[in-house]
Amino acid sequence: MSELAIELKGIDKSFGLVHANRNIDLKVRKGTIHGIIGENGAGKSTLMSILYGFYQADHGDILIDGRKVDIRDPNAAIAAGIGMVHQHFMLVENFTVLENIMLGAEESQVLNAGITKARAELKRLEKEYALEVDPDAVIEELPVGIQQRVEILKALYRRADILILDEPTGVLTPAEADHLFRILGQLKDEGKTVLLITHKLREIMAITDEVSVMRRGEMVATRTTKETSVEELAELMVGRRVLLRVEKGEAKPGDVKLSVKNLTVRDSRGVTMVDDVSFDIRAGEIVGIAGVAGNGQSELLEAISGIHRATSGTVLLNGRPVDVTGHADPAELRKSGLAHVPEDRHHVGLVLKFEESENAILGYHDDPKYRKGLLLDIDAIRAEAEEKIAAYDIRPPNPRLKTANFSGGNQQKIVLAREMERSPDVLIIGQPTRGVDVGAIEFIHRRIIEMRDQGKAVLLVSVELDEIRALSDRILVMFAGRVVGERAPDASEGELGLLMAGVEGSKEAAE
Amino acid sequence: MEFFQVFIELAQSTVRLSTPLILAALAGLFTERAGVFDIGLEGKMLGAAFAAGSVAYITQSVYMGLGAAILVSVLLALVHGYASITQRGSQIVSGVAINFVVAGSTVILGEAWFRQGGRTPALSADGRFGTIKLPFADAVREVPILGQIYSGLLSGHSPLTYLAFLMVPASWWILYRTRFGLRLRAVGENPGAVDTAGISVIWLRYRAVICCGILCGIAGAYLSLAANAGFTKGMTAGKGYIALAALIFAKWRPKNILFACLLFGFLDAFAIRYQGYAFPLIGKVPVQLMQALPYILTVILLAGFIGKAIPPKAGGVPYVKER
Amino acid sequence: MSVPYAKLPAWAEYGLIPLVNLAVAFLISGLVVLIVGESPLEAAYHMINGAFGRGEYIGFTLYYTTTFIFTGLAVAVAFHCGLFNIGGEGQAYIGGIGVALACLAFDRTLPWYLVFPIAIVGAAFFGALWAMIPGWLQAKRGSHIVITTIMFNFIAASLMNYLLNKVFKPLGNMSLETRTFDTGGQLPKLDWLMSIFGLSVGSAPFNISFLLALLAAFGVWVLIWRTKLGYEMRTMGHSPAAARYAGIKEARIIVIAMMISGGLAGMMALNPIMGEQFRMQLDFVQGAGFVGIAVALMGRSHPAGIIPAALLFGMLYQGGAEISFEMPSISRDMIVIIQGLVILFAGALEHMFRPAITRIILGLSPKTRDVAATKGA
Repeated sequence: MSELAIELKGIDKSFGLVHANRNIDLKVRKGTIHGIIGENGAGKSTLMSILYGFYQADHGDILIDGRKVDIRDPNAAIAAGIGMVHQHFMLVENFTVLENIMLGAEESQVLNAGITKARAELKRLEKEYALEVDPDAVIEELPVGIQQRVEILKALYRRADILILDEPTGVLTPAEADHLFRILGQLKDEGKTVLLITHKLREIMAITDEVSVMRRGEMVATRTTKETSVEELAELMVGRRVLLRVEKGEAKPGDVKLSVKNLTVRDSRGVTMVDDVSFDIRAGEIVGIAGVAGNGQSELLEAISGIHRATSGTVLLNGRPVDVTGHADPAELRKSGLAHVPEDRHHVGLVLKFEESENAILGYHDDPKYRKGLLLDIDAIRAEAEEKIAAYDIRPPNPRLKTANFSGGNQQKIVLAREMERSPDVLIIGQPTRGVDVGAIEFIHRRIIEMRDQGKAVLLVSVELDEIRALSDRILVMFAGRVVGERAPDASEGELGLLMAGVEGSKEAAE
Repeated sequence: MEFFQVFIELAQSTVRLSTPLILAALAGLFTERAGVFDIGLEGKMLGAAFAAGSVAYITQSVYMGLGAAILVSVLLALVHGYASITQRGSQIVSGVAINFVVAGSTVILGEAWFRQGGRTPALSADGRFGTIKLPFADAVREVPILGQIYSGLLSGHSPLTYLAFLMVPASWWILYRTRFGLRLRAVGENPGAVDTAGISVIWLRYRAVICCGILCGIAGAYLSLAANAGFTKGMTAGKGYIALAALIFAKWRPKNILFACLLFGFLDAFAIRYQGYAFPLIGKVPVQLMQALPYILTVILLAGFIGKAIPPKAGGVPYVKER
Repeated sequence: MSVPYAKLPAWAEYGLIPLVNLAVAFLISGLVVLIVGESPLEAAYHMINGAFGRGEYIGFTLYYTTTFIFTGLAVAVAFHCGLFNIGGEGQAYIGGIGVALACLAFDRTLPWYLVFPIAIVGAAFFGALWAMIPGWLQAKRGSHIVITTIMFNFIAASLMNYLLNKVFKPLGNMSLETRTFDTGGQLPKLDWLMSIFGLSVGSAPFNISFLLALLAAFGVWVLIWRTKLGYEMRTMGHSPAAARYAGIKEARIIVIAMMISGGLAGMMALNPIMGEQFRMQLDFVQGAGFVGIAVALMGRSHPAGIIPAALLFGMLYQGGAEISFEMPSISRDMIVIIQGLVILFAGALEHMFRPAITRIILGLSPKTRDVAATKGA
């Protein structure tokens, strides 16, 4: 019997030439909530995957409860009492809650035999942890916050003593996140151990007992949460002092450049994702849309940029109407002065298999300046790509390198360079710093402010409330497809959180 | 009454012609629901038919032939499985490749072993499946309508036919009422969920592929041991593709598969029966049109009624653990 | 152990690995020959001799190569757009209608060098038409193009059978074919080209459509990598979501890609119809559409790879004919087996030998290891 729930000794893992985990030592005490923070690419996910049996470490030992265990697959991890709640849920969408929970623990070959028992056990767990779900509901019809409960229940159903949660609050409102933390506290009281992977420093400070910091594959430090600070942790994460706030001057808004009126968007299943949304954006201002992922922001961006057809409503770009309900298409919108940095740079904003120079013209490949007669002018394209590489400090500075070989931050810079250098009138941006290392974040934030100062109208959508508050001149909050409130950027996180959770004080909609 | 007689004959034909389709479509169901797309139903059936015809001739035993058919089909399925699951290659390419290899091999081997231009020698009664007469079939034959249906339509089919029809509810039960079926359906929708629950994605998919092999094996054996008396070159004649179309048309559900295959079987029966027949108003329908009819209808169905049928979400995509 | 993820130098990636895949395919084919009781070495000898032993043989080999360049390009163009066009067989077949119409109309009145361009247009037009329908169905109705093109192959066979029987066949003829073309419908042989190398073309139907095929290969390269249309097709092929974002109209690009693909497949018909048989016969395609798949896969959908791959299959066909002549128990169906194995190893199992090869290469030379290091993920 050890006081350590988990001890990792010298865990080392490489993928080819990428040394993801370097000689990692970790001690997690039983009955604690232990945070693990680090930037993207720091190696946290790899480490957790090793702990859960997805990968095997090249070297090193894992000790669970003082005993050395060989975790060769998730089965072994489950047997060792480890449960994992993934960032992207591992649920079968067209199965019911019950079927998902039973998967892997069905008790018998013939399903019916085990179902009654499963139902009873599920009910017991739900009551004990206040994680109510309807066992017969189909996953794809449940809201994301409830789906996460199912993920947690799955782990508890398999009798996990150690619970690993990977970035759990990305899809939750502040209120739901609080509820989650209460549950974690309850688990801790019962003697369970929780590993919380997150990049949100505030969460770490709020609920963890200890926190370990990873950087570039190494475990750099472990601190007792009470004895450290956000600043110290940030510095450990990055290795240098980090400016958590970006400098910006006053906004000087001019004419209305983008006007959205009564925009409604229904998705392919007929579900209303954007519900009668109206707002204006002026030249020289940044309007930030805050909200938990999945409340219509993505659909809003897609409708405005012409990727997805809207059901009803109007959009005026530079005063001219855009046929968002009919034949508007991204190419046309670009020509009219709209630039779009999409939320998903891997599958939408970039073609990873293309060379960097090929991605530099994506969406603008129609421009006559890239052509010489009937053919593409490769030299001109590459020359311009090199200019942008220099301007945005994109590394490695090679326009012929395949885009997949660039880091997340540099990939995002490729997209930004492309969209910003065209001097658009309106720039709509989704999740600009997702998966981007802290150094590049500063750069990107500064560029966005520059765009504003040059008189562009900027629409910023982000699930990172800090980012919204740091950059926006006005904040709109979206919940369940509607704009439920407009606030100034100095509004408190609590106030914004309430709006994001759908708690409406006085019902204000932005004009 | 003449109409009724025609109806019975057509229905009988339909049942016979649907049998290999049902078996092959169910084979496709298991593998595709698990996320492994299979265009190679044709090749497996053909290989199985050849194996059945050859072994049944050599051993003079129909059951040895059936066993050989299943064995060969499962082997081919495992090759496809290896390429798709372990090697994570393109599942469509693998299926196409196997079809070619089988098409060529059956002729070469057949010619080398039997020297009959690519076919296997005709089978005697021992080497074939006979028909099963249901109890009282003779007795009730004279009873109008119901009796004729019983003795003419329901009775008198090959045991493999009855097996095929039974496999439909059996497949439903396996898919929806057993642990194996639950996991199989899960792995075709979200293999990550299965992996994270401690179940081997790879082994599960291999098992699905083996099920496909077994059913295709029976389908192939039916062709050379029941519907005909031996293997002839190219005897599957596209049935594997029609079964695939039926599977898609049925939206990957067992009950619908039965109806889709019966429909296509009916089209085939109709084409055979009315070849060269001068219809009132339309006149003589060219034989080539009749031959092409199942394919044309499949295209129409794919274009019109199904539109965007939703396949298993993880279908055709090899499983790679996220990095 | 994650050696497979390391990046190999270009010569290994595009040269060694395809060669190894090919070698394995041949090895297994050799096994089949053994099972049938013949000697694989003897078969190999006859194959190489039959393909390259004399000028005439080389002529035949290049004649087949011409066909396979066209069908290989057809599949490759569609691949770049993310589409698997299995319908090359049917498209080539229907393309023959265009060729036949041109020849039957003008062979007596115009010289070949005027009939040829008309026939090219006809072949491409009809081939494109036959590919356009499945393309449109995929684009607008979501009908899976693999299934529809397979169906269209079967429909084409029935249709051609009907047309040859009822429309093209001269009255009184028993065989299903058109009348023989006059000189206007006959392409000249490339005997002058062969005599430059001191070879005689003999009776081989090696004709001018070979030059057209090479031209087409160059044209495809320009199209895919040097035009806006090609850029859009490649974007679509890599990521439909990115294509949508970039303002590329999905339906339009799919249909265009299929039409170009079908047109190339259709052009294949020029070779046998105007170059060898001087009439359109039943099943003049003889599986070339499917060989095109193997050629495209082996050639990695790049014209620079497709031409050698087509040559390889030309060698297989001509050499295969020689084998079946000298060793009667190995019929032309052997080629189908080899074809299938090549598709399997070059297509679905293409990474099977990568780990072993990577280990060997990285183990051998520190320099290549460093190159891989800097280029690695």
